[in-house]
Amino acid sequence: MPISFDNALGPHPAALALRAQRMNVIANNIAHADTPGYQARDLDFRAALSARLERKEGQPGAMRAWQTRSRHLPAPGAQHEPALKYRQPWMPSPDSNTVDVQIEQAALAENNIQWQAAYRFLNGKLTGLRTAIRGE
Amino acid sequence: MSMLDIFDTAGSAMAAQRVRLNTTASNLANAESVSEDPASTYRARHPVFAAALNNAMDAGPNELAANPVRVRGVVESDAPLDHRYEPDHPFADERGYVAYPNVSAVSEMANMISASRSFQLNVEVMNTARTLAERLLTLGQ
Repeated sequence: MPISFDNALGPHPAALALRAQRMNVIANNIAHADTPGYQARDLDFRAALSARLERKEGQPGAMRAWQTRSRHLPAPGAQHEPALKYRQPWMPSPDSNTVDVQIEQAALAENNIQWQAAYRFLNGKLTGLRTAIRGE
Repeated sequence: MSMLDIFDTAGSAMAAQRVRLNTTASNLANAESVSEDPASTYRARHPVFAAALNNAMDAGPNELAANPVRVRGVVESDAPLDHRYEPDHPFADERGYVAYPNVSAVSEMANMISASRSFQLNVEVMNTARTLAERLLTLGQ
């Protein structure tokens, strides 16, 4: 049986990529803390990860369409709840900006830790694979 | 949108906040600058921020297209000028009033604090992104 890196590494590469993506979203929010009318967004990590893993694994033999770009038309069977959502503001602001800097800062710190955790898992997997290849 | 886009976004936000700090400095410095003609008296200036959209077509379904902060322009305040009664002033009009700029020192100070906080926060974001990007380079070593 051929070694599949995809199977060996498990969900960790996808998790790491999504954590980096979420960091992008939060960084965008913080950058636009003073832009009038900007709507803060956040990535629903659970939904995004399950969508990604489902796409990767799929069902053998079953044909499915996937939206890999935001501008793709939705196809039957490819209906996914978008994981990129809008944040509910805690209180209204006069310029209808919904960025709450404290919340974003907390989210950034949390996401940072989660990223490091995903990184360690992935690094552990890679180290394990290398040990197996060397056979020492 | 890759991790390195954070540098663009945070950098653009820092540049925008610097423009804001610049206008604040200019407003405070000119808070007492009068001129002979009220039409040419200094008026408080404020930048207008907007979100630019980069490569929106390339973004994946759950991906956010990078949107850096863009300074759309610097506008002059429409607030009425501050007319003070100073009949001895050389620029006083026939009724003895001098037109001072419409700079509100209080709101300028608040603006200054807000700009410097936002700037600091963006520096922090950039530092975080840099640390993570550096760690990513050591993956598998």
